[in-house]
Order: sequence, then C-alpha cells, then structure tokens
Amino acid sequence: MDKGLSHKEQKQSSPLGSVVANNGVITINAADMNYRDLNFLLKSYSNSAKRIDIYNVNGQRYIGTNLKNNVEIHVYGTPGNDLAAFMDGPTIYVHGNAQDGVGNTMNSGKVIIYGRAGDVVGYAMRGGKIFIRDDVGYRVGIHMKEYGNQKPTLVIGGTAQDFLGEYMAGGILVVLGLTLKDDEDHKAKFVGTGMHGGTIYVRGQVAHIGKEVKIMKLERNDIALLKPIIEEFCGYFNFDVNKILTEEFKKLIPFSTRPYGRLYAQ
Amino acid sequence: MKSYVEPEFIIERDNEKCTRCKVCIEQCTYGVHYYDPKNDIVRSRDENCVNCHRCVVFCPTKAITIKKNPTQYTENWHWTREAITDIKKQAETGGAILTGMGCDKSYYTYWDRILLNASQVTNPSIDPLREPIELRTYLGAKPDKLELEMENGDVVLKTKLAPQLCAETPILFAALSYGAVSFNAHLALARAAAEFGTFMNSGEGGLDKRLYKYGDHIIVQVASGRFGVSPDYLNVGAALEIKIGQGAKPGIGGHLPGEKVTQEIAQIRMIPVGTDALSPAPHHDIYSIEDLRQLIYALKEATDYTKPVAVKIAAVHNSAAIASGMVRAGADIIVLDGVRGATGAAPKVIRDNVGIPIELALASVDQRLRDEGIRNKASIIISGGIRSSADVVKAIALGADAVYIGTAALVAMGCTLCQKCYTGKCPWGIATTDPWISKRLDPDVAAGRLVNLLRAWSLEIKEMMGGMGINAIESLRGNREQLRGVGLTDTELKILGIKMAGE
Repeated sequence: MDKGLSHKEQKQSSPLGSVVANNGVITINAADMNYRDLNFLLKSYSNSAKRIDIYNVNGQRYIGTNLKNNVEIHVYGTPGNDLAAFMDGPTIYVHGNAQDGVGNTMNSGKVIIYGRAGDVVGYAMRGGKIFIRDDVGYRVGIHMKEYGNQKPTLVIGGTAQDFLGEYMAGGILVVLGLTLKDDEDHKAKFVGTGMHGGTIYVRGQVAHIGKEVKIMKLERNDIALLKPIIEEFCGYFNFDVNKILTEEFKKLIPFSTRPYGRLYAQ
Repeated sequence: MKSYVEPEFIIERDNEKCTRCKVCIEQCTYGVHYYDPKNDIVRSRDENCVNCHRCVVFCPTKAITIKKNPTQYTENWHWTREAITDIKKQAETGGAILTGMGCDKSYYTYWDRILLNASQVTNPSIDPLREPIELRTYLGAKPDKLELEMENGDVVLKTKLAPQLCAETPILFAALSYGAVSFNAHLALARAAAEFGTFMNSGEGGLDKRLYKYGDHIIVQVASGRFGVSPDYLNVGAALEIKIGQGAKPGIGGHLPGEKVTQEIAQIRMIPVGTDALSPAPHHDIYSIEDLRQLIYALKEATDYTKPVAVKIAAVHNSAAIASGMVRAGADIIVLDGVRGATGAAPKVIRDNVGIPIELALASVDQRLRDEGIRNKASIIISGGIRSSADVVKAIALGADAVYIGTAALVAMGCTLCQKCYTGKCPWGIATTDPWISKRLDPDVAAGRLVNLLRAWSLEIKEMMGGMGINAIESLRGNREQLRGVGLTDTELKILGIKMAGE
C-alpha cells in the first residue's frame, strides 16, 4: 500500500484512510474505504491536484463520476461499476480490469483500461474517449451519441459480446480483435441493432449484425479517421500500428437514419 | 391507393356568415380549408380534419361548425366505428396505429366514484378566507424520527434531513419533453412553475440552455435514451427523475417521431436530424432493483447528494411490490403514472389496453409502504388524468404527496385533446417543433394561464380542506377517512381502503 511513497512525503490526517500529497500528486489508499468517501476525496482534491493515484481499489463504484477537472487519475486494483459516469474532463488510467458501466453518459475526458471491462461500457456516451486493451462484455457502446464537434470514441482492443452498438446514434466504435486467435471470428450477435447514426469499425469477421446495419469496405477517409485513433491506442498499450492496420477492417453503418419510420399508421 | 377510411369529422360552413377572410385557411395546419376563387367560396377537405377547433375559435364570424361524420356504419355495439376504421387503416399501411394524449376508453374513473367529507356541527369547518390553510408540500425522504438537542438554550435539530423539494401547492407540471412540445410550451411551464413556486419536469429530451435560469423549479429527467443528459443538465435541476415507465405506454419506450426532430432537437438530444428519437423500454443498464439502485446512486454521486432522486414507473399490476423495491433502492420520490397518463406518441393498442387506473395503484402502493414501515422514506407523486382540484384532493387523501398534471396544463395552454400530437402539426403551437407553428403559443400568455390554473385549483383545494376542518395538506395526506365510495364493489373498496358512502 505504500507503493512509491518516500519517507519525506507528508501524511495528512484524514479520517477516511491515508491521503498523501507530494508536489501536486495525491496518493489515496482506498483499502476498506467506502465509495462515497473515496469519491468525496476525489472531488475535493481534483480541483488542485495534477494527478491522483488510488491504490488498493477494490470494487468502489462511481470513481470519477461527474468530475470536471482535467486531472489525471491512476486506479490500481479493480474499480467498481459506473467508473467515469457523467465524467467531464479527467483522464483515468485503470491498471487492472474494470467492471460494468464504464463511461456511462460520459461527456468528455479519457478512460484507459489496461485490462478488460464488463457490460454496458460507454452507454449513451456523449464525448471523450475510452480505450480498453482487452475484451468487453455485452451491450457495449449502446446509445452512443454525437452532435457537431462532440463525438465520442470507444476502442476495444479485444472482442465484444452481443448487442454491440445497439441503438447507436453517433460516435465511433472500434473493435480490434487483438485477443482473437488467428482463425477466430468475433462472436457478438445483433451488432448495431437499431443503429441510426455513428460508425462501427471491426477488424476481423463479424458473425451477426442487426437488420438495420450494412457492412461496407473502408475508404480512404475511413483510414484517415482510424489511423490516429489506433495510434493513440497503440501508444497506451504498446501494439504495432502498422501490424494492426494490415488486417482488413469492416465498417458498419446504418442503412437509414430513421430505421423505424415505417412502423406506424396514423 | 384509394382510401376506404371515411372522414371522421365533417365541416359545416355557414356561407352567409363567412366573409372569405381566409383565417381558417391560415390557421389550419392540416390543410383542411381552401379557397375556390372561381366561385368565391371557402371549401374543406374533411378527411384532413382532426377536430382541433383552431378554425372554429379563430373564425371571426363563427361561421364554422365541426360535426362527427353522420354517415355511420350499421350500428354494432361490438364492431365500433373505431374498430372498423383502425382495421382499414392497418390494411392500407401495415403499421401500428399511432396516437397521442391519454387513454380515451370508458374504463372507470374512480375519482368519480369517490366523494369527499365535510364537517357539520362538530369539528367545525375552517373558513379559508380568514384562516390560513397550508398547502406547502415537501417532497423527498423523511427521517424515521427527529432527534433534537439543546444548544445554548436553543433547541437544535440534530437529525440530518435528506434533500427536499418545496412546492407551494401539491401540483407539479408533468414530464413533457422538449421535442414532444415546443420551446415556447417548455418556457411557459418553467415560468409558471417559478412564478407559483412549484416545479416542472423537463421530460426526457434534455433542457434548452435558455431554461437553465429556471433550474430551481425544474425536475430533470433521465430516461433510457439519456437524451440531453449532460453534466450541466444534472447540476442545474432541482431534482432528478429516472424514467422507467410512462402510463400511456407501460412496457414500451419513448418514441419521438422523426417529423419533430429538427436541428434544435437533434442538437440537444445528440441524434441525427429527422431520426426517430428512440428511448427503448428498458434502461440497458437496469435489469433489477439492484441495478436501479446503481443508477439512483450514480445520480446522487453526480450531484453530491444534494438533490432528491425520483423514479417514475407506469402503474401496472404489481406496482406495490415494485414501489417497495424502488424505495429500498434509494428513491426519494416515487412517481406513479396511471392508465390515463398521456403521451406525445404511443401505439394506440398500448395506450388503451396496458396499465391500471392510478387510483387503485396509488391506494395499494401507499398501503404497502405503510405496512412495510417505509412510507416516510419516499414521497409519492401520482399522475395520469388529473382533471380538477377535486381529483387532487382525493389523490392526496388516498395517500399521494403531490400530483403531476400534464394534460390539464396543456389544456390551460390551448390544447383541445385532438390526440394528434405525434404529427408535429399541433395547431395550438404546443406539441410541435415547427418554428412557424410554435410562434402561436405566446409563452407569457401561456405562463399566465398556467399560473391562473394553479391559483384556481389551490383556492378550491383550500375550500375543500377547510370544509373538512383540515388546515394543512399534511393532515389530509393518506386521510382516507375523508373519502367514501359510491357504486363500488367490496373488492374495490378494500383496495382503495375506503368505506362505502353511508358507512
């Protein structure tokens, strides 16, 4: 728990666990800490700190929820559900796996996960970026939105489960399939069901798509769009950009921006 | 294709009264009236008429009458005109029949079978004209008990109270989303709520930044589509409401037809222009009471536990058990929307056949929460067809803390319940996003009319309370002794928890 702390650092008295400040870097030991106390500390310190390191995180929910400052947060351990929900600015590095609801209705900022994440990642995401090194669970990227310059990006290094990008209305969702074996396809079913905006890029073969979606080949402008995103991904996780880009990508877009316009009579 | 559907309404124009001023042509958004220059006469396309009365009201010589089409199918109690017409429409289009507003079928309105008490001789009534009667209502979780302390000779409240909404009358404006209604309608509701000291609900379509200054009087809604749910939106509202269900369409999602998704609506909802704004039935992160708790606390975390969080469900068969779960999940306010609850767009078959009357749902939820000893942990707001101050008083005596009014507020602004909200052509400038039609609703005039309605109902509520000898709304809440049923079965009386008149 004292990882990286020298004896010179001052220990502040806190009833909520140990908080150590050093040159604008705050270190929090979250062992046995209630999520409410932890998030209270984050909100308090995010105004002044450049960086906050949280150790011994063990399932605390809502880390980074509705935080507004451009602080950098490093999470060591396993954060609980709704990490970065409604978040608006910070960059969170998770050195471990994340659970469900990462980036729920997130507005801006970044989440970088050195591991996998659970279900409903990026639900109704409105902006910012999420990078996940490994796989994700079900219903990821649903209801992602965009308008004008506000355009969210969600990159999954591994593969995803069913209902990926369901009801997607905007943004960019990238699935790289880096955890798949050579002859293995993505297994997700109903990809893009109800999709009416945004783009899903998948590296590798997609098994089953929603009836509202069509599969296209990448064009020059798609590659121009994808390349910097994948470069950023590779920068975090030490992958080779060119190796990733040599394999064929599929582009999934909706047939129509109004998939359910003809369901009704008046 | 030749339509087999006959016009529902026939327009009769008194050509002696008609001055050919063409106001009707200008006012009709459905293209019913047109001028025939050759014969110098105004004619109508009856098949387009929705009976909204815009032309009738605006005709300066009152030359227009709208009648039900007298041409009827052979009389048949079972095969009504509506049943036959709907089948014909579906045979022509292959689509589900879409409609607006609330269920218009003849199910019991239990309010009309419940009568109020008044004091006579003993426990004398109170005259509201000379004695204060308190309507102020606090909405939010109440503590199990109050702990007091003496501090420097003063009594100090030791118990930390949960955040509360303070309304000057137990009437709030129901969720009408921006997009379903025009900006001017939203603005009028916000202004009226602020002026009277009550609340409007933003609905699920976000909140225009121009309304942020009324934030202290706005409950902001979060639905499955998460439209407009920005950090600012959460921070600006006085309370948050998670919308799970809606009385007009329990079990199915929100659906704003693409016709109403203009540039402005697309921007605030962050969806493509002209698309249908889809808010599916389930929140895809809520599959259990535990999941609901997760979202409730996400919102509480996001707002530092400073605002009450409400959860709204449609009144359905096992509302009582669900409501108990909602309270245990941390909801500060639970909202029940009955079968008469209205909508901007819903499949008619759902609107008219799914859900239960709010009176029964309210009575059973209130009783259940009392039985479990958790009634104080959440306030109850009910909605769905509240038409008058008497409905409000009966609702509170049955156990509600407050009511939401949606349709009544729209009627105050001009709505005539033509049920065509989903077309986006509302001739009264309410249920439309068309900038030209929206101009018809003057937000100042509309806000004034809404304030008048609140004032009138509040006065009537005080009169009724005074008559019962009750001088604070707190003493009316759940006071079912003030209610008696007429024409109800034993089971109905038992569920409502009221006695038969005469008992």
